[in-house]
Amino acid sequence: MSLDALYQEIILEHYKNPRNFGKLDESRAKAHYENPSCGDQIDLQIVLNDDMVVEDIRFQGRGCAISQASASLMTEAVKGKPLDEVQKIIESFTSLMTGEGEITVELGDLEALEGVKKFPVRVKCAMLGWTALKSLLERETKS
Amino acid sequence: MIDLSRYRKDFPILNQTVKGRPLIYLDNAATAQKPLQVIGTVDQYYREYNSNVHRGLHTLSERATRAYEKAREKVARFIHAPRSEEVIFTRNTTESINLVAYTWARKFLKAGDAILLTEMEHHSNLVPWHLLREEKSIELRFIPVTPRGELDLQHLKQLLDGVRLVSVTHMSNVLGTINPVEVITEEAHAAGAKVLIDGAQAVPHMPVNVQDIDCDFYAFSGHKMCGPTGVGVLWARAEILRDMPPFLGGGEMIHEVHLNHSDYADIPNKFEAGTPNIAQAIGLGAAVDYLSRVGMENILQHEQEIGALAIEKLKSIKGLRIFGESEKRGAAISFEIEGVHPHDIATILDEQGIAIRAGHHCAQPLMRKFNVQSTARASFYFYNVPEEIDILVDALKTAKRLFGYVT
Ligand SMILES: Cc1ncc(COP(=O)(O)O)c(C=O)c1O
Repeated sequence: MSLDALYQEIILEHYKNPRNFGKLDESRAKAHYENPSCGDQIDLQIVLNDDMVVEDIRFQGRGCAISQASASLMTEAVKGKPLDEVQKIIESFTSLMTGEGEITVELGDLEALEGVKKFPVRVKCAMLGWTALKSLLERETKS
Repeated sequence: MIDLSRYRKDFPILNQTVKGRPLIYLDNAATAQKPLQVIGTVDQYYREYNSNVHRGLHTLSERATRAYEKAREKVARFIHAPRSEEVIFTRNTTESINLVAYTWARKFLKAGDAILLTEMEHHSNLVPWHLLREEKSIELRFIPVTPRGELDLQHLKQLLDGVRLVSVTHMSNVLGTINPVEVITEEAHAAGAKVLIDGAQAVPHMPVNVQDIDCDFYAFSGHKMCGPTGVGVLWARAEILRDMPPFLGGGEMIHEVHLNHSDYADIPNKFEAGTPNIAQAIGLGAAVDYLSRVGMENILQHEQEIGALAIEKLKSIKGLRIFGESEKRGAAISFEIEGVHPHDIATILDEQGIAIRAGHHCAQPLMRKFNVQSTARASFYFYNVPEEIDILVDALKTAKRLFGYVT
Protein backbone atom coordinates (compact mmCIF):
# COMPACT_ATOMS: atom_id res chain seq x y z
CA MET A 1 0.00 0.00 0.00
CA SER A 2 1.28 3.47 -0.79
CA LEU A 3 0.91 4.49 2.87
CA ASP A 4 3.86 2.31 3.75
CA ALA A 5 5.82 4.02 1.01
CA LEU A 6 4.94 7.38 2.56
CA TYR A 7 5.49 6.53 6.18
CA GLN A 8 8.68 4.53 5.92
CA GLU A 9 10.22 3.38 9.13
CA ILE A 10 13.14 5.74 8.84
CA ILE A 11 10.72 8.69 8.55
CA LEU A 12 8.77 7.66 11.62
CA GLU A 13 12.00 7.08 13.48
CA HIS A 14 13.23 10.61 12.70
CA TYR A 15 9.81 12.01 13.61
CA LYS A 16 9.98 10.42 17.02
CA ASN A 17 13.70 11.06 17.58
CA PRO A 18 14.61 14.14 15.59
CA ARG A 19 18.35 14.68 15.07
CA ASN A 20 20.05 18.03 15.66
CA PHE A 21 16.96 19.17 17.51
CA GLY A 22 17.29 22.20 19.74
CA LYS A 23 18.69 25.67 19.78
CA LEU A 24 22.09 27.17 19.17
CA ASP A 25 23.28 30.32 20.82
CA GLU A 26 20.93 33.28 20.12
CA SER A 27 23.63 35.08 18.14
CA ARG A 28 23.52 32.46 15.39
CA ALA A 29 21.71 33.02 12.15
CA LYS A 30 18.10 31.94 12.40
CA ALA A 31 15.15 31.43 10.10
CA HIS A 32 11.55 30.81 11.09
CA TYR A 33 9.16 29.26 8.62
CA GLU A 34 5.52 28.44 8.89
CA ASN A 35 3.06 26.81 6.56
CA PRO A 36 0.07 29.09 7.04
CA SER A 37 -2.41 26.59 5.69
CA CYS A 38 -1.62 23.95 8.31
CA GLY A 39 0.39 25.71 11.01
CA ASP A 40 3.49 23.53 10.76
CA GLN A 41 6.49 25.49 11.88
CA ILE A 42 10.22 25.30 11.96
CA ASP A 43 13.06 27.31 13.45
CA LEU A 44 16.40 26.67 11.87
CA GLN A 45 19.84 27.82 12.97
CA ILE A 46 23.12 27.31 11.19
CA VAL A 47 26.84 27.99 11.65
CA LEU A 48 28.99 28.40 8.56
CA ASN A 49 32.71 28.50 9.31
CA ASP A 50 35.34 30.54 7.47
CA ASP A 51 35.79 27.78 4.89
CA MET A 52 32.05 27.91 4.18
CA VAL A 53 31.42 24.54 5.71
CA VAL A 54 28.26 23.86 7.73
CA GLU A 55 29.83 23.47 11.10
CA ASP A 56 26.60 23.14 13.03
CA ILE A 57 22.88 23.12 12.35
CA ARG A 58 19.89 22.84 14.66
CA PHE A 59 16.16 22.94 14.24
CA GLN A 60 13.08 23.13 16.38
CA GLY A 61 9.62 22.64 15.09
CA ARG A 62 6.09 21.43 15.47
CA GLY A 63 4.18 19.65 12.80
CA CYS A 64 3.42 16.49 10.96
CA ALA A 65 5.71 13.49 10.59
CA ILE A 66 6.67 14.48 7.05
CA SER A 67 7.72 18.05 7.85
CA GLN A 68 9.61 17.16 11.00
CA ALA A 69 11.33 14.03 9.67
CA SER A 70 12.32 15.85 6.50
CA ALA A 71 13.92 18.62 8.55
CA SER A 72 15.70 16.12 10.76
CA LEU A 73 17.05 14.17 7.76
CA MET A 74 18.07 17.42 6.15
CA THR A 75 20.21 18.46 9.10
CA GLU A 76 22.03 15.14 8.97
CA ALA A 77 22.56 15.42 5.25
CA VAL A 78 24.10 18.89 5.28
CA LYS A 79 26.05 18.93 8.52
CA GLY A 80 29.81 19.01 7.87
CA LYS A 81 29.32 19.65 4.15
CA PRO A 82 30.78 22.59 2.22
CA LEU A 83 28.36 25.16 0.93
CA ASP A 84 28.54 24.18 -2.75
CA GLU A 85 27.68 20.62 -1.90
CA VAL A 86 24.83 21.74 0.35
CA GLN A 87 23.40 23.68 -2.58
CA LYS A 88 23.52 20.52 -4.69
CA ILE A 89 21.76 18.56 -1.97
CA ILE A 90 19.01 21.19 -1.78
CA GLU A 91 18.55 21.15 -5.56
CA SER A 92 18.60 17.38 -5.74
CA PHE A 93 16.10 16.99 -2.92
CA THR A 94 13.81 19.55 -4.53
CA SER A 95 14.01 17.51 -7.73
CA LEU A 96 13.15 14.36 -5.81
CA MET A 97 10.01 16.04 -4.48
CA THR A 98 8.87 17.77 -7.64
CA GLY A 99 10.08 15.33 -10.26
CA GLU A 100 11.63 18.28 -12.09
CA GLY A 101 15.33 19.00 -12.54
CA GLU A 102 18.19 16.64 -11.85
CA ILE A 103 19.44 14.68 -8.93
CA THR A 104 23.17 15.30 -8.97
CA VAL A 105 24.20 13.88 -5.58
CA GLU A 106 23.62 10.76 -3.53
CA LEU A 107 20.65 11.53 -1.32
CA GLY A 108 21.05 8.53 0.96
CA ASP A 109 18.42 8.39 3.72
CA LEU A 110 16.59 11.33 2.17
CA GLU A 111 15.38 9.00 -0.54
CA ALA A 112 12.97 7.60 2.03
CA LEU A 113 10.93 10.74 1.40
CA GLU A 114 10.43 9.94 -2.27
CA GLY A 115 6.97 8.53 -1.51
CA VAL A 116 5.76 12.05 -0.63
CA LYS A 117 5.82 12.87 -4.34
CA LYS A 118 2.64 10.82 -4.77
CA PHE A 119 0.84 13.01 -2.23
CA PRO A 120 1.00 16.47 -3.83
CA VAL A 121 -0.61 18.23 -0.87
CA ARG A 122 2.14 16.91 1.37
CA VAL A 123 5.12 18.06 -0.72
CA LYS A 124 4.88 21.43 1.02
CA CYS A 125 5.28 19.65 4.35
CA ALA A 126 8.44 17.92 3.17
CA MET A 127 9.86 21.18 1.82
CA LEU A 128 9.28 23.30 4.94
CA GLY A 129 12.74 22.84 6.48
CA TRP A 130 14.40 23.11 3.11
CA THR A 131 12.76 26.43 2.37
CA ALA A 132 14.07 27.70 5.68
CA LEU A 133 17.56 26.42 4.87
CA LYS A 134 17.59 28.03 1.45
CA SER A 135 16.64 31.44 2.75
CA LEU A 136 19.09 31.17 5.62
CA LEU A 137 21.96 30.35 3.28
CA GLU A 138 21.03 33.18 0.95
CA ARG A 139 21.18 35.60 3.84
CA GLU A 140 24.40 34.16 5.25
CA THR A 141 26.30 34.16 1.98
CA LYS A 142 25.29 37.73 1.24
CA SER A 143 26.66 39.06 4.49
CA MET B 1 -31.19 6.14 16.66
CA ILE B 2 -33.43 7.94 14.21
CA ASP B 3 -32.82 6.44 10.78
CA LEU B 4 -32.42 8.95 7.96
CA SER B 5 -30.32 6.64 5.79
CA ARG B 6 -33.09 6.55 3.16
CA TYR B 7 -31.98 10.03 2.10
CA ARG B 8 -28.53 8.83 1.07
CA LYS B 9 -29.83 7.81 -2.33
CA ASP B 10 -30.52 11.47 -3.10
CA PHE B 11 -26.79 12.20 -2.94
CA PRO B 12 -25.09 10.72 -6.01
CA ILE B 13 -21.65 11.84 -4.83
CA LEU B 14 -21.85 9.55 -1.79
CA ASN B 15 -22.13 6.55 -4.05
CA GLN B 16 -18.51 6.27 -5.16
CA THR B 17 -15.23 4.74 -4.16
CA VAL B 18 -12.14 6.72 -3.21
CA LYS B 19 -8.82 4.89 -3.35
CA GLY B 20 -10.75 1.71 -3.87
CA ARG B 21 -12.97 2.07 -0.79
CA PRO B 22 -16.50 3.39 -0.40
CA LEU B 23 -16.36 7.12 0.24
CA ILE B 24 -17.03 8.12 3.83
CA TYR B 25 -17.61 11.85 3.83
CA LEU B 26 -17.02 13.37 7.25
CA ASP B 27 -16.11 16.90 6.26
CA ASN B 28 -19.61 18.34 6.38
CA ALA B 29 -18.64 21.30 8.54
CA ALA B 30 -16.50 22.48 5.62
CA THR B 31 -19.20 21.94 3.04
CA ALA B 32 -22.17 19.62 2.67
CA GLN B 33 -23.04 17.43 -0.32
CA LYS B 34 -25.89 18.31 -2.69
CA PRO B 35 -28.98 16.22 -3.29
CA LEU B 36 -30.37 15.56 -6.78
CA GLN B 37 -33.22 17.94 -5.99
CA VAL B 38 -30.76 20.85 -5.71
CA ILE B 39 -28.59 19.77 -8.63
CA GLY B 40 -31.72 19.34 -10.73
CA THR B 41 -33.10 22.75 -9.82
CA VAL B 42 -29.88 24.51 -10.83
CA ASP B 43 -29.70 22.41 -13.99
CA GLN B 44 -33.28 23.26 -14.87
CA TYR B 45 -32.66 26.98 -14.41
CA TYR B 46 -29.79 26.89 -16.89
CA ARG B 47 -31.63 24.65 -19.33
CA GLU B 48 -35.01 26.30 -19.29
CA TYR B 49 -35.08 29.86 -18.02
CA ASN B 50 -31.59 31.29 -17.58
CA SER B 51 -31.95 35.07 -17.81
CA ASN B 52 -31.32 38.13 -15.73
CA VAL B 53 -33.64 39.11 -12.91
CA HIS B 54 -35.56 42.32 -12.27
CA ARG B 55 -34.68 43.68 -15.70
CA GLY B 56 -36.19 41.81 -18.57
CA LEU B 57 -39.81 42.11 -19.51
CA HIS B 58 -39.69 38.84 -21.37
CA THR B 59 -41.03 35.49 -20.26
CA LEU B 60 -37.74 33.93 -19.21
CA SER B 61 -36.72 36.91 -17.12
CA GLU B 62 -40.09 36.95 -15.42
CA ARG B 63 -39.74 33.29 -14.59
CA ALA B 64 -36.20 33.75 -13.27
CA THR B 65 -37.26 36.73 -11.18
CA ARG B 66 -40.16 34.80 -9.73
CA ALA B 67 -37.95 31.82 -8.86
CA TYR B 68 -35.30 34.07 -7.34
CA GLU B 69 -37.81 35.92 -5.17
CA LYS B 70 -39.51 32.66 -4.29
CA ALA B 71 -36.17 31.37 -3.00
CA ARG B 72 -35.94 34.45 -0.80
CA GLU B 73 -39.38 33.67 0.65
CA LYS B 74 -38.40 30.05 1.29
CA VAL B 75 -35.24 31.07 3.10
CA ALA B 76 -37.17 33.63 5.15
CA ARG B 77 -39.70 31.02 6.20
CA PHE B 78 -36.91 28.55 6.98
CA ILE B 79 -35.35 30.84 9.59
CA HIS B 80 -38.70 32.30 10.64
CA ALA B 81 -37.91 35.78 9.44
CA PRO B 82 -40.99 37.99 9.68
CA ARG B 83 -40.48 39.51 6.22
CA SER B 84 -38.78 38.09 3.15
CA GLU B 85 -37.29 41.44 2.14
CA GLU B 86 -35.11 41.11 5.25
CA VAL B 87 -33.24 38.27 3.57
CA ILE B 88 -30.23 39.54 1.62
CA PHE B 89 -28.45 37.16 -0.71
CA THR B 90 -24.68 37.37 -0.40
CA ARG B 91 -21.89 34.99 -1.42
CA ASN B 92 -21.44 33.31 1.96
CA THR B 93 -21.26 33.86 5.71
CA THR B 94 -17.99 35.70 5.32
CA GLU B 95 -19.52 38.26 2.99
CA SER B 96 -22.58 38.62 5.20
CA ILE B 97 -20.44 39.49 8.22
CA ASN B 98 -18.29 41.83 6.17
CA LEU B 99 -21.43 43.55 4.92
CA VAL B 100 -22.42 44.38 8.49
CA ALA B 101 -18.89 45.52 9.32
CA TYR B 102 -18.56 47.71 6.25
CA THR B 103 -21.99 49.31 6.36
CA TRP B 104 -23.73 49.22 9.74
CA ALA B 105 -20.63 49.25 11.94
CA ARG B 106 -18.80 51.76 9.81
CA LYS B 107 -21.74 54.15 10.01
CA PHE B 108 -22.78 53.71 13.60
CA LEU B 109 -19.62 52.88 15.56
CA LYS B 110 -17.27 55.58 16.73
CA ALA B 111 -13.88 55.65 18.38
CA GLY B 112 -13.98 54.11 21.84
CA ASP B 113 -16.99 51.89 21.12
CA ALA B 114 -16.50 48.20 21.81
CA ILE B 115 -17.43 45.03 19.94
CA LEU B 116 -17.77 41.84 21.93
CA LEU B 117 -16.71 38.61 20.21
CA THR B 118 -15.72 35.23 21.64
CA GLU B 119 -12.56 33.17 21.69
CA MET B 120 -14.18 30.48 19.56
CA GLU B 121 -14.90 32.57 16.48
CA HIS B 122 -14.08 31.55 12.93
CA HIS B 123 -11.63 33.92 11.24
CA SER B 124 -14.56 35.30 9.25
CA ASN B 125 -15.96 36.73 12.48
CA LEU B 126 -12.61 38.13 13.58
CA VAL B 127 -10.81 39.61 10.62
CA PRO B 128 -13.64 41.96 9.46
CA TRP B 129 -13.51 43.54 12.93
CA HIS B 130 -9.72 43.78 12.83
CA LEU B 131 -10.10 45.64 9.54
CA LEU B 132 -12.68 47.96 11.04
CA ARG B 133 -10.45 48.63 14.01
CA GLU B 134 -7.73 49.82 11.66
CA GLU B 135 -10.11 52.47 10.42
CA LYS B 136 -11.80 53.44 13.69
CA SER B 137 -10.29 53.09 17.11
CA ILE B 138 -12.81 50.60 18.35
CA GLU B 139 -12.10 48.10 21.07
CA LEU B 140 -12.49 44.34 20.62
CA ARG B 141 -13.38 42.18 23.60
CA PHE B 142 -13.77 38.46 23.88
CA ILE B 143 -16.00 36.15 25.86
CA PRO B 144 -13.60 33.47 27.16
CA VAL B 145 -13.95 29.77 26.38
CA THR B 146 -13.80 27.26 29.24
CA PRO B 147 -11.68 24.10 29.11
CA ARG B 148 -14.91 22.20 28.32
CA GLY B 149 -15.30 24.32 25.23
CA GLU B 150 -18.22 26.44 26.37
CA LEU B 151 -18.57 30.18 26.60
CA ASP B 152 -17.85 31.51 30.07
CA LEU B 153 -20.73 33.91 30.60
CA GLN B 154 -20.00 34.66 34.26
CA HIS B 155 -18.74 38.14 33.54
CA LEU B 156 -20.96 38.88 30.59
CA LYS B 157 -22.53 41.95 32.21
CA GLN B 158 -19.15 43.59 32.87
CA LEU B 159 -17.91 42.62 29.41
CA LEU B 160 -20.93 44.32 27.84
CA ASP B 161 -20.15 47.71 29.33
CA GLY B 162 -19.70 50.14 26.42
CA VAL B 163 -20.36 47.45 23.83
CA ARG B 164 -22.32 48.42 20.70
CA LEU B 165 -22.25 45.07 18.92
CA VAL B 166 -22.00 41.47 20.07
CA SER B 167 -21.02 39.03 17.34
CA VAL B 168 -20.97 35.37 18.22
CA THR B 169 -21.12 32.00 16.55
CA HIS B 170 -24.28 29.96 17.05
CA MET B 171 -22.38 26.68 16.81
CA SER B 172 -18.61 26.26 16.92
CA ASN B 173 -17.13 24.67 13.82
CA VAL B 174 -14.31 23.26 15.96
CA LEU B 175 -15.85 22.32 19.31
CA GLY B 176 -19.37 21.59 18.13
CA THR B 177 -20.68 23.68 21.03
CA ILE B 178 -24.13 25.20 20.56
CA ASN B 179 -24.01 28.57 22.27
CA PRO B 180 -26.91 30.02 24.30
CA VAL B 181 -27.51 32.81 21.82
CA GLU B 182 -30.91 33.69 23.29
CA VAL B 183 -29.37 34.45 26.69
CA ILE B 184 -26.52 36.40 25.15
CA THR B 185 -28.92 38.40 22.99
CA GLU B 186 -31.12 39.30 25.93
CA GLU B 187 -28.17 40.52 27.97
CA ALA B 188 -26.72 42.36 25.02
CA HIS B 189 -29.98 44.16 24.30
CA ALA B 190 -30.31 45.09 27.97
CA ALA B 191 -26.88 46.71 27.64
CA GLY B 192 -27.95 48.56 24.49
CA ALA B 193 -25.89 46.48 22.06
CA LYS B 194 -26.96 44.96 18.76
CA VAL B 195 -26.37 41.25 18.13
CA LEU B 196 -24.99 39.45 15.09
CA ILE B 197 -25.07 35.66 15.02
CA ASP B 198 -22.76 33.61 12.80
CA GLY B 199 -25.09 30.76 11.92
CA ALA B 200 -22.84 29.01 9.39
CA GLN B 201 -22.84 25.79 11.44
CA ALA B 202 -26.29 26.13 12.97
CA VAL B 203 -28.73 26.67 10.10
CA PRO B 204 -27.68 23.41 8.35
CA HIS B 205 -28.03 21.34 11.50
CA MET B 206 -30.90 22.58 13.66
CA PRO B 207 -34.12 24.55 13.54
CA VAL B 208 -33.31 28.26 13.72
CA ASN B 209 -35.82 30.95 14.56
CA VAL B 210 -34.41 34.45 14.36
CA GLN B 211 -37.46 35.89 16.09
CA ASP B 212 -37.08 33.58 19.08
CA ILE B 213 -33.40 34.37 19.32
CA ASP B 214 -34.39 38.03 18.94
CA CYS B 215 -31.03 38.90 17.37
CA ASP B 216 -30.52 41.79 14.96
CA PHE B 217 -28.35 40.16 12.28
CA TYR B 218 -28.00 36.50 11.32
CA ALA B 219 -25.46 35.20 8.77
CA PHE B 220 -25.08 31.82 7.08
CA SER B 221 -23.84 29.98 3.96
CA GLY B 222 -25.83 27.99 1.41
CA HIS B 223 -23.11 25.46 0.64
CA LYS B 224 -23.05 24.02 4.16
CA MET B 225 -26.78 23.24 4.01
CA CYS B 226 -26.96 21.23 0.78
CA GLY B 227 -27.17 24.36 -1.35
CA PRO B 228 -24.80 25.49 -4.11
CA THR B 229 -21.56 27.33 -3.40
CA GLY B 230 -21.59 31.05 -4.04
CA VAL B 231 -24.74 31.95 -2.14
CA GLY B 232 -25.10 33.00 1.46
CA VAL B 233 -27.57 34.98 3.49
CA LEU B 234 -27.63 37.98 5.72
CA TRP B 235 -30.86 38.39 7.61
CA ALA B 236 -31.41 41.60 9.53
CA ARG B 237 -34.38 43.53 10.87
CA ALA B 238 -35.93 45.71 8.19
CA GLU B 239 -35.57 48.94 10.16
CA ILE B 240 -31.87 48.28 10.68
CA LEU B 241 -31.31 47.41 7.02
CA ARG B 242 -33.09 50.62 5.99
CA ASP B 243 -30.75 52.66 8.20
CA MET B 244 -27.67 51.04 6.75
CA PRO B 245 -25.80 52.53 3.80
CA PRO B 246 -25.42 50.22 0.78
CA PHE B 247 -22.47 47.85 0.62
CA LEU B 248 -21.59 47.72 -3.08
CA GLY B 249 -22.78 50.19 -5.67
CA GLY B 250 -23.98 49.42 -9.17
CA GLY B 251 -26.96 48.16 -11.05
CA GLU B 252 -29.94 46.55 -9.36
CA MET B 253 -29.44 48.48 -6.09
CA ILE B 254 -30.60 51.89 -7.26
CA HIS B 255 -33.82 53.73 -7.48
CA GLU B 256 -32.69 56.55 -9.70
CA VAL B 257 -29.23 57.48 -10.92
CA HIS B 258 -28.01 60.90 -12.04
CA LEU B 259 -24.52 61.65 -13.20
CA ASN B 260 -23.43 62.84 -9.79
CA HIS B 261 -25.63 61.04 -7.35
CA SER B 262 -28.11 58.23 -7.02
CA ASP B 263 -31.04 57.24 -4.85
CA TYR B 264 -30.91 53.74 -3.54
CA ALA B 265 -33.49 51.06 -3.99
CA ASP B 266 -35.36 49.74 -1.00
CA ILE B 267 -34.33 46.52 0.71
CA PRO B 268 -33.41 43.88 -0.24
CA ASN B 269 -32.22 45.18 -3.63
CA LYS B 270 -30.23 47.96 -1.99
CA PHE B 271 -27.77 45.30 -0.83
CA GLU B 272 -27.69 43.21 -3.98
CA ALA B 273 -25.72 45.28 -6.46
CA GLY B 274 -25.15 43.81 -9.90
CA THR B 275 -26.46 40.59 -11.34
CA PRO B 276 -26.93 38.35 -8.31
CA ASN B 277 -26.10 34.65 -7.92
CA ILE B 278 -29.44 33.71 -9.47
CA ALA B 279 -28.87 29.99 -10.07
CA GLN B 280 -27.32 29.56 -6.64
CA ALA B 281 -30.09 31.39 -4.82
CA ILE B 282 -32.73 29.32 -6.60
CA GLY B 283 -30.68 26.23 -5.73
CA LEU B 284 -30.63 27.33 -2.11
CA GLY B 285 -34.41 27.56 -2.22
CA ALA B 286 -34.46 23.92 -3.34
CA ALA B 287 -32.06 23.00 -0.53
CA VAL B 288 -34.37 24.62 1.99
CA ASP B 289 -37.33 22.67 0.59
CA TYR B 290 -35.29 19.49 0.81
CA LEU B 291 -34.12 20.05 4.39
CA SER B 292 -37.67 20.94 5.42
CA ARG B 293 -38.86 17.66 3.99
CA VAL B 294 -36.24 15.76 5.99
CA GLY B 295 -37.22 17.92 8.95
CA MET B 296 -34.81 20.08 10.90
CA GLU B 297 -35.95 18.52 14.20
CA ASN B 298 -35.08 15.10 12.76
CA ILE B 299 -31.73 16.36 11.57
CA LEU B 300 -30.91 17.81 14.98
CA GLN B 301 -31.94 14.60 16.72
CA HIS B 302 -29.92 12.46 14.33
CA GLU B 303 -26.90 14.66 14.74
CA GLN B 304 -27.03 14.57 18.50
CA GLU B 305 -27.39 10.81 18.48
CA ILE B 306 -24.71 10.09 15.90
CA GLY B 307 -22.45 12.70 17.49
CA ALA B 308 -22.79 11.11 20.92
CA LEU B 309 -22.14 7.66 19.50
CA ALA B 310 -19.09 8.87 17.58
CA ILE B 311 -17.67 10.53 20.68
CA GLU B 312 -18.21 7.41 22.73
CA LYS B 313 -16.50 5.19 20.16
CA LEU B 314 -13.66 7.61 19.52
CA LYS B 315 -12.96 7.75 23.23
CA SER B 316 -12.27 4.01 23.18
CA ILE B 317 -9.06 4.77 21.27
CA LYS B 318 -6.21 5.16 23.72
CA GLY B 319 -4.41 8.47 23.46
CA LEU B 320 -7.30 10.16 21.66
CA ARG B 321 -8.40 13.49 23.07
CA ILE B 322 -11.60 15.26 22.08
CA PHE B 323 -11.83 19.05 22.11
CA GLY B 324 -15.18 20.32 23.28
CA GLU B 325 -17.30 18.52 25.81
CA SER B 326 -20.36 20.69 25.90
CA GLU B 327 -23.63 18.94 26.67
CA LYS B 328 -25.32 21.02 24.03
CA ARG B 329 -23.45 20.22 20.89
CA GLY B 330 -23.67 19.25 17.27
CA ALA B 331 -21.72 16.60 15.43
CA ALA B 332 -18.54 18.46 14.50
CA ILE B 333 -15.94 16.57 16.52
CA SER B 334 -12.34 17.74 16.85
CA PHE B 335 -9.71 15.44 18.24
CA GLU B 336 -6.04 14.62 18.37
CA ILE B 337 -4.18 11.36 18.82
CA GLU B 338 -1.03 11.38 20.85
CA GLY B 339 1.99 10.84 18.62
CA VAL B 340 0.16 11.08 15.29
CA HIS B 341 -0.14 14.56 13.83
CA PRO B 342 -3.59 15.55 12.46
CA HIS B 343 -2.23 15.93 8.92
CA ASP B 344 -0.83 12.46 9.00
CA ILE B 345 -4.17 11.22 10.29
CA ALA B 346 -5.97 12.93 7.41
CA THR B 347 -3.63 11.45 4.81
CA ILE B 348 -3.91 7.96 6.27
CA LEU B 349 -7.71 8.21 6.44
CA ASP B 350 -7.91 9.47 2.88
CA GLU B 351 -6.06 6.38 1.74
CA GLN B 352 -9.00 4.47 3.19
CA GLY B 353 -11.63 6.58 1.49
CA ILE B 354 -12.45 8.69 4.55
CA ALA B 355 -12.61 12.46 4.16
CA ILE B 356 -11.99 14.45 7.33
CA ARG B 357 -10.46 17.85 7.92
CA ALA B 358 -7.15 18.51 9.63
CA GLY B 359 -5.79 21.93 10.42
CA HIS B 360 -6.68 25.01 12.39
CA HIS B 361 -10.21 25.20 10.96
CA CYS B 362 -9.88 28.95 10.50
CA ALA B 363 -9.91 29.35 14.27
CA GLN B 364 -6.28 29.95 15.19
CA PRO B 365 -7.02 31.87 18.40
CA LEU B 366 -9.05 28.89 19.64
CA MET B 367 -6.22 26.51 18.70
CA ARG B 368 -3.85 28.62 20.78
CA LYS B 369 -6.31 28.57 23.67
CA PHE B 370 -6.22 24.77 23.63
CA ASN B 371 -2.47 24.85 23.06
CA VAL B 372 -2.55 22.91 19.81
CA GLN B 373 -1.47 23.83 16.32
CA SER B 374 -4.16 21.88 14.63
CA THR B 375 -6.73 19.17 15.22
CA ALA B 376 -8.39 16.47 13.18
CA ARG B 377 -12.12 16.97 12.74
CA ALA B 378 -14.84 14.54 11.75
CA SER B 379 -18.14 16.29 11.08
CA PHE B 380 -21.36 14.43 10.40
CA TYR B 381 -24.56 15.25 8.59
CA PHE B 382 -27.96 13.59 8.47
CA TYR B 383 -26.89 11.26 5.65
CA ASN B 384 -24.09 9.75 7.70
CA VAL B 385 -24.77 6.36 9.24
CA PRO B 386 -23.44 4.65 12.40
CA GLU B 387 -21.50 2.07 10.35
CA GLU B 388 -19.31 4.92 9.14
CA ILE B 389 -18.21 5.59 12.72
CA ASP B 390 -16.88 2.04 13.03
CA ILE B 391 -14.91 2.37 9.82
CA LEU B 392 -13.53 5.69 11.06
CA VAL B 393 -12.46 4.17 14.37
CA ASP B 394 -10.76 1.24 12.62
CA ALA B 395 -8.93 3.60 10.31
CA LEU B 396 -7.72 5.67 13.24
CA LYS B 397 -6.41 2.52 14.86
CA THR B 398 -4.59 1.72 11.62
CA ALA B 399 -2.98 5.15 11.78
CA LYS B 400 -1.79 4.48 15.31
CA ARG B 401 -0.39 1.11 14.34
CA LEU B 402 1.36 2.56 11.32
CA PHE B 403 3.07 5.01 13.64
CA GLY B 404 4.15 2.14 15.85
CA TYR B 405 1.68 2.46 18.71
CA VAL B 406 -0.27 -0.40 20.19
CA THR B 407 -4.01 -0.03 19.86
C1 LIG C 1 -18.64 29.05 12.23
C2 LIG C 1 -18.29 29.46 10.84
N1 LIG C 1 -18.37 30.75 10.49
C3 LIG C 1 -18.09 31.17 9.26
C4 LIG C 1 -17.69 30.30 8.28
C5 LIG C 1 -17.37 30.84 6.93
O1 LIG C 1 -18.21 30.36 5.96
P1 LIG C 1 -17.96 30.69 4.43
O2 LIG C 1 -16.57 30.22 4.13
O3 LIG C 1 -19.00 29.95 3.71
O4 LIG C 1 -18.07 32.17 4.29
C6 LIG C 1 -17.60 28.95 8.58
C7 LIG C 1 -17.18 28.00 7.54
O5 LIG C 1 -16.17 27.39 7.54
C8 LIG C 1 -17.90 28.52 9.89
O6 LIG C 1 -17.80 27.24 10.22
